[in-house]
Amino acid sequence: MRVLPYGDQALLVEFDDGTGVRAFYDAFTESRPQGVVGVVPAARTVLVRFDPTVTSPTVLMAALRSVRSRRAGEANGPLVEVPVVYDGEDLVEVATATGLTTREVVERHLAPEYRVDFCGFVPGFAYLSGLDPVLHLPRRSSPRVRVPMGAVAVADRYTAVYPRSSPGGWNLLGHTHIQMFDVNSSRPAVLAPGTRVRFCELVP
Amino acid sequence: MSGYLEVVTPGPLTLVQDLGRPGYEAIGVSASGAFDRGSFALANRLVANAQGAAGLELLLGGLRVKAHGDLIVALTGAPAPATVDGIPVGHASVLMLRDGVELAVRSPSTGLRTYLAVHGGLDVPPVLGSRSWDTLSGIGPPPLAVGDVLPVGPSPARFPCVDLAPLKPDPDGDVVLPLTPGPRADWVEGDALSILCSTRWTVLPASDRAALRLDGPAVTRARKDELPPEGLVPGAVQIPPDGRPILFGPDAGVTGGYPVVAVVAAHALDMAAQLRPGETLCFCL
Repeated sequence: MRVLPYGDQALLVEFDDGTGVRAFYDAFTESRPQGVVGVVPAARTVLVRFDPTVTSPTVLMAALRSVRSRRAGEANGPLVEVPVVYDGEDLVEVATATGLTTREVVERHLAPEYRVDFCGFVPGFAYLSGLDPVLHLPRRSSPRVRVPMGAVAVADRYTAVYPRSSPGGWNLLGHTHIQMFDVNSSRPAVLAPGTRVRFCELVP
Repeated sequence: MSGYLEVVTPGPLTLVQDLGRPGYEAIGVSASGAFDRGSFALANRLVANAQGAAGLELLLGGLRVKAHGDLIVALTGAPAPATVDGIPVGHASVLMLRDGVELAVRSPSTGLRTYLAVHGGLDVPPVLGSRSWDTLSGIGPPPLAVGDVLPVGPSPARFPCVDLAPLKPDPDGDVVLPLTPGPRADWVEGDALSILCSTRWTVLPASDRAALRLDGPAVTRARKDELPPEGLVPGAVQIPPDGRPILFGPDAGVTGGYPVVAVVAAHALDMAAQLRPGETLCFCL
């Protein structure tokens, strides 16, 4: 892991891959060093924001290096079930691109237990890792101006649910009726880093 | 009983702001909050508010409000000529608004963002723990509109004890923002910090609370491949493919996919909040 400077109130911890990020994030959220006010995981990095009146980059850097990353596979975040109707606009295209039937695409998407690696893009948009490699596809060459709220989609090595209607370039497999982000809830984002996810099929 | 402010005219863009909602970045929600923190804090101190009390952030003035109940207010930040029922009142001063008077704030002659604090704070419903409006995600009390009613909170324990705050005159010459190294300085050819510091950058019209977009000679990228998105902080200076720096503000998204080569110190962002499109800035180490 590398620790990179990020101004006077943050440090960026960089890993070779998502596995390193997950392991570090799990360990770090269990015991945060003093002065840490924010932890933002991403694909290869974890941004650590700190209060400069409590700690310093030097002290914090030493604390970060001594975080003992947990072994992969020890995920113990809450498990969330997301019911999906697999009626996405791109389902047929994804099947064709992957050489599967649409039924097989659905089964492959349902099979894994996923994990929220990080969020970004819009509030509550969670990037889920664990997608079957056969479903790894690039983003659409022309993003949609409007992806409907609740759309369940795949791109690169991730799957995600759009918490609100927005532009988007992911491949749409279906939709869920669950509200993924609610500012009035005590847990505003259904999917937060470390949460485990299973999709289940709703037949309309 | 506390009073309220009634919006007669909102001006170009007037937002409720406080110190923001830090702590939700991991679920994709920016901290947001007042852009010029120093001016916002001064306004609250003048009216003896707690530092987190919500107030208004005015973009290029233009606000007219009617006081219901006797209210105490102060205006700081960009000096915008203001009147109470037509009588000129001072900037960075404690102002008494009697029940029924109208406070009219014109456009500032310099600077961009003016702050209005009310003794007791604005008591609109908080969202995710803050009364700040995040322009990027649309979270918080929405921008002011004609007829809006802004309740004022209960009077704090202390009462204003000064009349006005003497302010430094505007500095002559350029705004200079100090930089510290960012994580991806090596994504730029040559010494990224020196290159940023050797140019006078012009603020483009597409600038807003999310980011200032800067015009000037392109900063050459040493690497053209894609960077997986990573965390962003306000003050981050990012170099996109076209080489023109982007300086992030309080409403920046929580992750970004272009390299951050430097970061403006948090306290210096206050100056960035006051730059108008067409004005210039320099960076220094």
